[in-house]
Amino acid sequence: MNISRRNALAIGGAALTVTLVPVSFAQAAADDAMAKAVAEFTGGADVATGGIELTTPEIAENGNTVPVGFSAPGAKRAVLLASKNPGPVVSFFTFGALSAGDASTRIRLAGTQDVVVIAEMADGSYTQVSKAVKVTIGGCGG
Amino acid sequence: MGKPRVKVPKSAKAGEVITVKTLIKHKMESGRRKDKKTGKLVPRNIVNMFSASFNGEEVIKVDLHGSVSTNPYFQFQMKVPETGELAFKWADDDGNVTETSKKITVA
Repeated sequence: MNISRRNALAIGGAALTVTLVPVSFAQAAADDAMAKAVAEFTGGADVATGGIELTTPEIAENGNTVPVGFSAPGAKRAVLLASKNPGPVVSFFTFGALSAGDASTRIRLAGTQDVVVIAEMADGSYTQVSKAVKVTIGGCGG
Repeated sequence: MGKPRVKVPKSAKAGEVITVKTLIKHKMESGRRKDKKTGKLVPRNIVNMFSASFNGEEVIKVDLHGSVSTNPYFQFQMKVPETGELAFKWADDDGNVTETSKKITVA
């Protein structure tokens, strides 16, 4: 068979796709777990952005203890998610009437990823905020 | 679970918003770590619930699902309407429950 330049490119492209599959599969699994966690919390409702202040370090040297805080005044419930952790759900928060709708804690991050907070406000609407955190040493050692 | 440490102001003005800090010693075994000798996974044992209630009314409740660091730390703000007691509770996967409380006086 005479391999034309066009065919050679097509074969090369196909090979490249095959080698990329395992990587994108792992990525898709993490995204799936994340999407599932979000759907579980919101029940599929629309999620707006803003209204929450999220405080994270830009770069965390040690993924074992990353200080994270958020403030969502008027929130009834909130969920803290780490998008690329083996289990994306970090914690659920329930706020009473006396609470200011805020919390700070220290979390583990497996690697560089987005930290997301979704809050359910008093009127039943959902809002989210997301921030990328660079992690130098991951915190889920195997 | 180790002894909890909580930091709560002793007094406040009526309606004042105070900051509460809590920390409890716990190894927070994630269930994903392998024992170096046996090669088996170490069973998960984390603090799975933390709550704070003021005079019996829940202020904040946290359901922990993993990824919270060793010796879980929580800080939150709350309004103090009157003199009362802020009660804290932690529960872990092994069924241990630790409780402590602090008095807040409204002058």
